[in-house]
Amino acid sequence: MSEVLLEAKAVAKHFGGVKALRDVSLSIRRGEIYGLIGPNGAGKTTFFNCMTGLYVPDGGGFSFSGTPLVADAPHQAAERGIARTFQNIRLFGNMTALENVMVGRHVRTKAGVLGAMFQNAATRAEEAAIRQRAIDLLHYVRIEDRADDLAKNLSYGDQRRLEIARALATEPQLLCLDEPAAGMNATETAELRELIDGIRRDGTTVLLIEHDVKLVMGLCDRVAVLDYGALVIEDVPAVVQKDQRVIEAYLGA
Amino acid sequence: MKNGQFFRPTVSIGLLATVLVALPFVAALGGQAWVRILDFAILYAFLALGLNIVVGLAGLLDLGYIAFYAVGAYTWALLASPHFGLHWPIWAILPLGAGLACFAGVLLGSPTLKLRGDYLAIVTLGFGEIVRIFMNNLNAPINITNGPQGITLIDPVSFGAFKFSGTTQIFGLSLSGPQKYYFLLVALAILVIIVNLRLQNSRIGRAWQAIREDEIAAKAVGINTRNLKLLAFAMGASFGGIAGGIFSAMQGFVSPESFSLIESIMILAMVVLGGMGHIPGVILGAVLLTVLPEVLRYGVGPLQMALFGKMLVDPESLRMLVFGLALVLVMRFKPAGLWPSPERKRELQEAAP
Repeated sequence: MSEVLLEAKAVAKHFGGVKALRDVSLSIRRGEIYGLIGPNGAGKTTFFNCMTGLYVPDGGGFSFSGTPLVADAPHQAAERGIARTFQNIRLFGNMTALENVMVGRHVRTKAGVLGAMFQNAATRAEEAAIRQRAIDLLHYVRIEDRADDLAKNLSYGDQRRLEIARALATEPQLLCLDEPAAGMNATETAELRELIDGIRRDGTTVLLIEHDVKLVMGLCDRVAVLDYGALVIEDVPAVVQKDQRVIEAYLGA
Repeated sequence: MKNGQFFRPTVSIGLLATVLVALPFVAALGGQAWVRILDFAILYAFLALGLNIVVGLAGLLDLGYIAFYAVGAYTWALLASPHFGLHWPIWAILPLGAGLACFAGVLLGSPTLKLRGDYLAIVTLGFGEIVRIFMNNLNAPINITNGPQGITLIDPVSFGAFKFSGTTQIFGLSLSGPQKYYFLLVALAILVIIVNLRLQNSRIGRAWQAIREDEIAAKAVGINTRNLKLLAFAMGASFGGIAGGIFSAMQGFVSPESFSLIESIMILAMVVLGGMGHIPGVILGAVLLTVLPEVLRYGVGPLQMALFGKMLVDPESLRMLVFGLALVLVMRFKPAGLWPSPERKRELQEAAP
């Protein structure tokens, strides 16, 4: 359980004069739920984007299950086993829920143009497997009855779930959730908590960015706190909660 | 499941086949000119379906599509005409033309990968013009394309001794050149329809759609957007190349004039007007935009003579006028195209409450 899955080494990123990340180093262990919290603008999403290849860090780097992570290719991050959701949900709005999840299977399947044109046995089998896996995943996040609806017509909570299903379709080792509980009511948050817990139990490591401190403290095995782009503390929730610097960061000194 | 989706009941297939077979003979009653118009309608349907891969499936706005058509046409013209004294067979030229056009597609695709929408449209538009200007000026210092004069006496399509020009007797039927080309073009069109359909509902097609919807999310789920966009350009271009080769052989003459910007816009208009990404719609768009102007051309003159006893408006300018008006009206009242796909129709209806 204590093997390191993802390690960030002195990751730095600045936008013009704004230092969004100042040498952030942290490590996520296989099988845990790791929380990343901090006030607005602390650099949480920037960290996410650097990790998943959307941004190229200005310093430092990541290693994933022992080997360095290429910094500038998002599709390679997914291939290596890092899947993510977005703070402002990014679904393929005009595709059905099922198709959204099927797209998630892209990186683990390989039918090409010729396969599509000639519809050979292997391609048809693969296509059937993609569909089946997508249906299973919709069941897993409990939105199977919305399978044929356009993603943009799903309720907010269902869209969040669909995004998680799509991310899971890539068979990630590390699932990164960017504020999944934002805008959810208490019931939905409780259900989400159950879902995330289940994902971890099924063997996927989870990195969670969240504002809802209660959710993070209740769910995460370890928590890191960012403030002004710098790492304040990385420890178990009980310790983090009592840390004076964290309280200051949140309440203002 | 697939069968039910792709093939309507046998009856309508049979009916459609009968109509397709009978069409050139019916058109011939009005003169061979109408058969040629029919040929062009199908050639443009073929082109529009090739462009549909780029614009409709992958969502990349390409205003220079005619460039690939030009590459295919000139490949055929140079390798099967007295210009260089070469007379290569079809099985060598057509794949070569498709391959060169494909290469041109990748050439255009690679520097434009990061561009979207309007910006991509401008670059592709420029590319189309560059190719045309090249064809126009490559007659000096070495005469390759014969410049603005174009290349004449291009070989027709032929399989062995069977030539597509001139009249042949088959099974007691007399088939004219345009009629033979008609059947060749229908066969090619069916091929491109199958490719479109199968791609649309495949892993690749879904990935294209995902890129069209949200490129960042597509990258995040592991889609190599660069390769897939290049693939779309390359495939669309290959079909353009094939169409160009057939065009060249059918006309027996090519010149840079045939590949002007207006042609690119026409083909794009066919895709958009008919229903972007919807195959029957694209075909309808192509047939309408090819046949209607001709009907206007042949119909307006005599009509004016009958009504007013003299020519009030030059038929040629009226044609463009009516054409423009029709485009505006369609876009105003049927923004998803004349025959949009059910999904696209739904999207637009939901977007405008």
